[in-house]
Amino acid sequence: MPPTTAPDAPSAAPVVAPTGVRRPGDLVFAGLARAAGLLILVALAGVAIFLTLEGVPAITAPSERIGADNIVVYVWPLLFGTLLAATLAILVAAPLSIALALVISHYAPRRLARPIGYLIDLLAAVPSVVYGLWGIQFLAPKVYPVYQWLVDNLGWLPFFEGPANGRSILTASLVLAIMAMPIITAICREIFAQTPTLHQEAALALGATRWEMIRMTVFPYSRSGMISAVMLGLGRALGETMAVAMVLSATGVITFNLISSVNPSTIAANIALGFPEASGVKVNVLIFSGLVLFVVTFVVNFLARLIAARGAVKGGR
Amino acid sequence: METPTHLQERRDASDAAAAEAASAPFVPLVRPQLPAQAPLLVAVLAVAVGALPVVVLGWGPVGGVLVAAVAFLVALPVWSNVVEGPRKATDRLATSLMWSAFAIALVPLVSLLWQVVGNGFPALSGEFFTFSMRNVVGEGGGIYHALVGTLIVTAWAAAISVPVGVMAAIYLVEYGRGSRTARVITFLVDVMTGIPSIVAGLFAYALFVLFFGPGVRMGFGGSVALAVLMVPIVVRSTEEMLKLVPDELREASYALGVAKWRTVTKVVLPTSMAGIVTGVMLAVARVAGETAPLLIIAGDTDSVNFNAFAERMATLPVFIYYSYMQPGIPPEFGRERAWGAALVLIALVMGLNLVARAVGRWFAPKTGR
Repeated sequence: MPPTTAPDAPSAAPVVAPTGVRRPGDLVFAGLARAAGLLILVALAGVAIFLTLEGVPAITAPSERIGADNIVVYVWPLLFGTLLAATLAILVAAPLSIALALVISHYAPRRLARPIGYLIDLLAAVPSVVYGLWGIQFLAPKVYPVYQWLVDNLGWLPFFEGPANGRSILTASLVLAIMAMPIITAICREIFAQTPTLHQEAALALGATRWEMIRMTVFPYSRSGMISAVMLGLGRALGETMAVAMVLSATGVITFNLISSVNPSTIAANIALGFPEASGVKVNVLIFSGLVLFVVTFVVNFLARLIAARGAVKGGR
Repeated sequence: METPTHLQERRDASDAAAAEAASAPFVPLVRPQLPAQAPLLVAVLAVAVGALPVVVLGWGPVGGVLVAAVAFLVALPVWSNVVEGPRKATDRLATSLMWSAFAIALVPLVSLLWQVVGNGFPALSGEFFTFSMRNVVGEGGGIYHALVGTLIVTAWAAAISVPVGVMAAIYLVEYGRGSRTARVITFLVDVMTGIPSIVAGLFAYALFVLFFGPGVRMGFGGSVALAVLMVPIVVRSTEEMLKLVPDELREASYALGVAKWRTVTKVVLPTSMAGIVTGVMLAVARVAGETAPLLIIAGDTDSVNFNAFAERMATLPVFIYYSYMQPGIPPEFGRERAWGAALVLIALVMGLNLVARAVGRWFAPKTGR
């Protein structure tokens, strides 16, 4: 039986890659590394599988245990609230973050840009429960007069019907916006910084003002990156729990009235508020709603990464 | 004969051109510009305009600042439009808007830090750090049990996710580079960074329910949930760091006949160690403040629990949540403890952040020119 590997004949194949020599240490190490990589896939699949396993009993659960006619009626207002809060948050956060990223990458003097970047990273480091604390004790009372003004002057709009309350979905969205801002800013900033310098200098040499240069070179170059960044921020806002759970005074209705005390809750906040005291089928109901949230955020993140990957190929140089 | 005529014609032509230029509206080569101090001047005027309602009508400072900002945003572009033309005016408007966005973003950061320090500092004392909440009603008590819980839960989470994350990154960079599996893993790791923290908590609960029955609560479950959130961060940062290691180092090692796994452990990992440590610490800082998964699977208790594998375990974020939302009677003591714990948590997280960046900066490998 000739040996399948031939460590005694290295001269026959002088340019063999190190893996050509089968050493037990190599096999074990490579196997461990591969196993770790696959474990991540397994974990991701596990999240979906275990949530489904524990969530499925909720579909057939009796209506009096769910607290609604059936599971769809139970989850739908929560999903509505989740989407509404996240959308409002992104409407506020996206323009602010893009402007912030531009300040860091193009407007601030180089010596200032770095500390500003650190400041924004600090915002990202603040734990969400502290944002909740800040939102309920500081922000909610501060925005109340503004809401009162909105009710008095713009009350004919369905969004501002009132009666004004600081702990409304708009306040929660503002907190979510602050939390989503650092992530959008960080990604946009990296992409803006990658715009080819030659394009920018060419635009400036042709007499473009700085804003025209940004519109003509930076934005077209980083469009897909910006979209992906905003979607990642949306994913963050969709899944954020504690800030909403603490700030929002939720009643589980569907309404577009943004500044009253009667608000739709979000899936994540509803789980956080209900889970500690839940038992029996109620646990399965909450896990089912968590599964819905998982699917929604997964799709959003998946699309965001897909757009980013496509754009990276197109924009590479 | 011909030459003078030609000259004559040319002179006529140039005269005509001069006459035309004189009769046509004057088009200068350079447009007039605002003086360099124009934004400053407008800013001073805008502040004056903003101060007017504050002084005369008794408005609050917020209203005054808003009026000043609007005045600046309107006045400078209008002035620029008159003197410099619309393109310059748009540019100035854009610049002002960018910087106002920056100012707006600073407001929550500053006010949040101010609130946390202002409200939390009075709560700090020796008792606050060394007592649990066991049998405490009203005043007194502390965060010892929550501090211990946070340390234990986070340590276990790191113990799970660091080996897995670093090994996965080694696979992606050293073994699977360019392969289909590696691409899929990279993509899914990116997607995984977006998993909501509460979903990770539900996952840990659904997993542990299979072994321990309904209503399971234990600190280790929280560690598993946090590990799910931590692994993608560790993988991404380690991957970036491993990619920075120059291939020359690997080749030099191979040329000496060193096995691949020893090359990785003795050459590649030490070279990138500072960056990996930074990434791990940032990941720890990120999950140490997570509340939702711990609320679900680790629960809350008033007593110290050193055993991660049995019974509920209090952690700082969950302690903050319950202290504020269910402060007890009278509520001010619970709320004060919540702010104090928030200050400790923020100090912990930001301290970790700063140390991580310092490690990355000071021990960074010299990557050559």
